[in-house]
Amino acid sequence: MTNTAIKVEGISKRYRIGLAQERPDTLRDLLLASFQRAGRLLKPKLRSKRKAATTIWALKDISFELKQGRVLGIVGRNGAGKSTLLKILSRVTDPTEGYGEIYGRVGSLLEVGTGFHPELTGRENIYLNGAILGMQRSEIKSKFDEIVAFSEVEKFIDTPVKRYSSGMYLRLAFAVAAHLEPEILVVDEVLAVGDAEFQRKCLGKMGDVAGQGRTVLFVSHNMSAILRLTQETIVLDKGRILMRGATAEAVDFYLNMGLSKQGERFWEKDEVPADAAPFQPIALRILDNRGRVVDTVRSADGFDIEVEYNLAEAITGLRVGLYLTTTRGENVLTSFDTDAPALFAKHSVRQQGHYVSQCHVPPNLLNEGRFVIGINAGSYRIRRYFQDEQALVFTVDATGAPGMHWPEARPGVIRPQFQWKIDKM
Amino acid sequence: MTSRSEMPTVILRPSKGWLGLDLKELWRYRELIYFLTWRDIKVRYKQAVLGIAWALLQPLLTMLISTIVFGVLLEVPSQGMPYPLFVLAALMPWSLFATSLQKSSISLVGNANLITKIYFPRLIIPISSVIAVLVDFAISLVVLLAMMIFYEIYPTWNVLWLLPLVILSVLAALAVGIWLSALNVQYRDVQHMVPFLIQIWMYASPIVYPIETIPAGIWRTLYGLNPMVGVVQGFRWALLGGAAPDMTMLVSAGVVLLLFISGLFYFRRMEKTFADIV
Repeated sequence: MTNTAIKVEGISKRYRIGLAQERPDTLRDLLLASFQRAGRLLKPKLRSKRKAATTIWALKDISFELKQGRVLGIVGRNGAGKSTLLKILSRVTDPTEGYGEIYGRVGSLLEVGTGFHPELTGRENIYLNGAILGMQRSEIKSKFDEIVAFSEVEKFIDTPVKRYSSGMYLRLAFAVAAHLEPEILVVDEVLAVGDAEFQRKCLGKMGDVAGQGRTVLFVSHNMSAILRLTQETIVLDKGRILMRGATAEAVDFYLNMGLSKQGERFWEKDEVPADAAPFQPIALRILDNRGRVVDTVRSADGFDIEVEYNLAEAITGLRVGLYLTTTRGENVLTSFDTDAPALFAKHSVRQQGHYVSQCHVPPNLLNEGRFVIGINAGSYRIRRYFQDEQALVFTVDATGAPGMHWPEARPGVIRPQFQWKIDKM
Repeated sequence: MTSRSEMPTVILRPSKGWLGLDLKELWRYRELIYFLTWRDIKVRYKQAVLGIAWALLQPLLTMLISTIVFGVLLEVPSQGMPYPLFVLAALMPWSLFATSLQKSSISLVGNANLITKIYFPRLIIPISSVIAVLVDFAISLVVLLAMMIFYEIYPTWNVLWLLPLVILSVLAALAVGIWLSALNVQYRDVQHMVPFLIQIWMYASPIVYPIETIPAGIWRTLYGLNPMVGVVQGFRWALLGGAAPDMTMLVSAGVVLLLFISGLFYFRRMEKTFADIV
C-alpha cells in the first residue's frame, strides 16, 4: 500500500511585474499613486487593463499527486515555473490560488549553502546551516563527523569559509544538505556546479536518499541526472504542466518541444534573460551538405551547425560554442568558434553587429541516435552571457555509415571510419 | 519511516486577511532562534582585534564623550549624582533599546537570502536580532558594576526592578522593530528613516539631561508617554536612588503592548508576501 506524500490541486501563482507602477515601492510613489488612483476611479476601464498588463502567472492550474517514496523529476525551460512550484511546495511563498496537502516534513535544497556565513568557520556553518535547513542540534551533532567526511574538508573545518575555494565551499554545503532526513526532499539545481567527481558523489547520495523510501522532487537542467534519479517526470512550460510521464518519454518530449521548425531554433526576445545583453541569440540551425535546414542528418555525410546572433555592443574575448550531448545525457563534445588560434587572434574583440558562427561537422563522426545541441556564449573567466543547454535536438541516421551491411544497433556515441588493415601473417 | 498519523500535514493555500499568531510553530523553531542569535553574536566581533571587548568599550566611550560634552562643558545638572554614573545608568537601557530597534528594523531585508529560500516563521528574524543585542547588554553590565564600585554606590533591593525595565525596553524596541521590519521589506525608505527616528527618540528621553528639565504639568505627562522616559528614569532610580517613575509609566507600557500586539498581527499578515517582494 502506498500513501500520498504530496497532493496539489489547481495551484496558481501570480507575480506582479512592473511592481513600481502597481504597488508603490517608496513612500513618494505611494503618495503619487494615491493621486493617480483618485484619478483612475473616474476611468475604471483603464484600471483593469493596467492590472492585467502588470501581472504574470508564473504557475497556472497545477495539479498532481505524488506517492510516498517516489522520485519525481521536474523539467522546463528558464521561467517555466519550476522554481516557483518548489517554493510553494516548500512553503517559502503562498499560492495565489489552489489548494495542496503535504504529508511529512519537507526539506528543501533550493540552493546549497543558504545561510552560510562567510565569516564563520566550517564547523560553525555546519551547525548554522543544519539549523536553517530544519535539523535539530542533537541531530547535527550525531551526524557531524559523517558530514565532515563527506565534504572532504577535514583540514579546514576550523577555517572561516570565506577562505575556502568555491569547490570546498560547495562540497561542505552539499554535505550538510545531503544529511537532512525529511520525509520529502525538494532539490533545485544543486548539481549545476562542482567538479565531475563530486557531482558523481552527490548523485550517488541522492540515489541513496531515493532508495531509502523518501519522496524526492528533483529539478534540474541536467538530463542525465534526471534520467538516472527519477522514474517519472513532469514537463512544465509557461506555468502549466505540459505532460507527465515516464522519465525517458518526458525528457524526449521536453527536448523536442517548442521547436517551431524542425532543425531550427529561434529565440524570442522574452526567452532571453535580460543579463544576456549585449549578446542576443537569434537562431541555431542544422544544415545538410546542400545547405538545407534539416532535423535528420546522415552519419556518413558532413553537416553544418550555425549560430546566428546579434551583438548590441562590442565584446572582448567572446567565444560562441556548442555542447553536444545525447538525449540520454552523455556528453559528446564541446567546441568553440575561436578554438583555432588564428581565429582566436583575429576575433579578440568582436564589434557590434549581426553574426553567424558556423562550424562544419565532418562525415563519420556521430553514431545513429538523437543528439542535443546546447549553446554557450561567454568571455572566458570574465562573464557568461548566454547559455541554453538544450537548444535543439536532431537525429543522426546511420544510412551509409561504416558497417551498415550488418543491420544491428551499435553501442557508442561516435561511429568513426577507422583505417583498418588486415594482414595475413 | 514514521506512520502517516504521526506525520505533520501541511496545507498549502492562499493566505487571506488576518492570521493567528501560531506561537506553537514559533516554539518548534526555537533552535533556529538560538542559532541565528549565536550567528549574530559570533559574526559581530569577528576579525576585530579587540573582539568582544567592544561590548565593554562602546558604553564606556559613549559615557566618556557625554560626560565631557554635557557634564563638564555644558554643566547639565545630574540630580546630584556623579555625572558619569548618571549618564551611564541611562545609556545602558537606551543603547539596548536603540540598537535593538535599529537591528530589528533592517533584519528582514538583511536576511533576504534566507527568506527567499527556506520556510520558517519569519518572526524568528527580528526576535533573534534583538536577543543578540541583549547579550551585548548583559556584557556591558560589567562596566556599570565597575563604575558603581568606583563611586562606592551600592544598589538596594530596588535593583530587582531592572528586570521588568529591561523587558519593557526590549518589548518597546521589538514593537516598533517588527512594524518597521515588515514595512522595510516593501518600502526601503524605512531604513533611511530609522537613524533619524532613533536620534529624535534619544533627545526625547532624559539621557544626557535630568527629567526635571521638562516643565512639570501637561508637558511632563505627555513626555512620560514615551516608554523610554520611564525606563531610563527607572534605571536611575533602581541603581542610584532618586525619584521613582510615576504612573504615566503604566500608560506607556500599555502603549508598548498595544503596538507590540498589533505589530505581531501586521507582521503575520504580511509574512507570506516577504519572499515575493523583498
